[in-house]
Amino acid sequence: MILMKDIYKTYANGVTALNGVNVDIKQGEFVYIVGPSGAGKSTFIKLMYREVKPSSGTIIISDMDLSEIKERKVPYLRRNIGVVFQDFKLLQKLSVYENIAFALEVIEESPKNIRKQVMEVLEMVGLKNKARFLPNELSGGEQQRVSIARAIVNHPKIVIADEPTGNLDPETSWGIMKTFEEINARGTTIIMATHSKEIVNTIKKRVIAIEDGLIVRDEHRGDYGYEI
Amino acid sequence: MAMKFRTFLRHVREGSKNIIRNGWMTVASIGAVTTTLILVAVFLALVLNLNEMANNIENDVQINTMIDLTATEDEIIELGGEIETIAGVESVAFSSNDDELQKLIESMGEEGESWKLFEQDNPLNHVYIVRAAVPEDTERIASEVETLNGVDSVVYGQDVVEQLFEFNKYARTIGLALVIALVFTAIFLISNTIKITIIARSTEIGIQKLVGATNGFIRWPFFIEGLLLGVLGSVIPIAVIMGGYYYLDTNFSETISFSFVELLPFDPFAWQLSLMVLAIGAIIGIWGSVMSVRKFLKV
Repeated sequence: MILMKDIYKTYANGVTALNGVNVDIKQGEFVYIVGPSGAGKSTFIKLMYREVKPSSGTIIISDMDLSEIKERKVPYLRRNIGVVFQDFKLLQKLSVYENIAFALEVIEESPKNIRKQVMEVLEMVGLKNKARFLPNELSGGEQQRVSIARAIVNHPKIVIADEPTGNLDPETSWGIMKTFEEINARGTTIIMATHSKEIVNTIKKRVIAIEDGLIVRDEHRGDYGYEI
Repeated sequence: MAMKFRTFLRHVREGSKNIIRNGWMTVASIGAVTTTLILVAVFLALVLNLNEMANNIENDVQINTMIDLTATEDEIIELGGEIETIAGVESVAFSSNDDELQKLIESMGEEGESWKLFEQDNPLNHVYIVRAAVPEDTERIASEVETLNGVDSVVYGQDVVEQLFEFNKYARTIGLALVIALVFTAIFLISNTIKITIIARSTEIGIQKLVGATNGFIRWPFFIEGLLLGVLGSVIPIAVIMGGYYYLDTNFSETISFSFVELLPFDPFAWQLSLMVLAIGAIIGIWGSVMSVRKFLKV
């Protein structure tokens, strides 16, 4: 599913973010990425949706070799990957419905299917009655649900989440995690960078710890392992 | 991959919405296009008219071969044959001294009356009017004719023709250079104006890229927006061309019509010029817009 071999990444400013990373993630897994800030978590995550290119090494995602795909093929890679961010990245001028439909318009889905799929996914994240609201009329947790809905509306095989609960209070965070577990239960691979010790230690999943650009720990049903 | 018509409509909708959403930036862009196009139109009208005049002159050049006053009738006929054999000569026409005097009298108008005195004792030469097949050959043919027996002199407006050719060459080059410079200035202005509005839209573009929009998909609304800016910017210039040229054509055409100085007729010239201005406007708009979005697509 996701295979990284000997990944090195040095940015143009000389900062080395990854220093020889090897990882193999199977279809349907739920993986936490943990580690101190600046350890290379973000770079690791960005490699997967080709926001960042490795300096050397091979990444294979769903049988696509990312080091070989052409720049103009990148959009098609991204259609197989849903991405969720800490700051939601919703379009403020568009309603909840339009924000989600946007991801389908881009891939030229038919209006009939757009309607059907958006309503389905809104139902799943429990926001069916708020379809016409604008993002700033929603709570943080609700906005994150919208961005999750947008990430999964075209049924990607992989969902990547970069600290999805980072801006949310604990109670809301549990709700969001429940949604991710539901998505995972349908067979979607989930890769989540997080700083939340409670979440990692309570909802036990595979844990990959990154420090100084290296994977220092990779355990099934692991612990968060850091004090903060 | 072919775009679905539905998607195309979506791009048109988005592009038009942006025109309205950008308010004063739109006005500024259209203003830049309008100013440029008016100047471009004036230069184009000038250059094209000069061009036409040059062509008229070029085609109008004839060599008047003055025949020796002492030449006999046989010699004159022989000379005519010789001129015809010169390479590049299209036609040779004989014009007797009486014909020439008649032409002179007519061209002088009322003052010509006094020349009628000469009808009894014509001082003019018989003339062979020689035309070159290609205007550029005029000079060579003239010098060859001059060496023939029975030729007194040749006249083909040497200086005037050369100066006009020269002037036209410069006018064309300078005019074109100015038009090109103006067009690039306008493209630059538009791309800068749109760039300002894009910065506000960069989050939107970023999100589009994240959900898998192709560069083409993102670029299209900008393409439409640029096209609209260009077309809207050409409305006033076209009105100026139509109105201005109609005015010139009706009011000055007759007063300034020498044999070769003649304005291109309103129909079809004003229409063609308008179409040209519209096309240039569209290109300026599209180019400026697409150029400004380019750097936001590199992620």
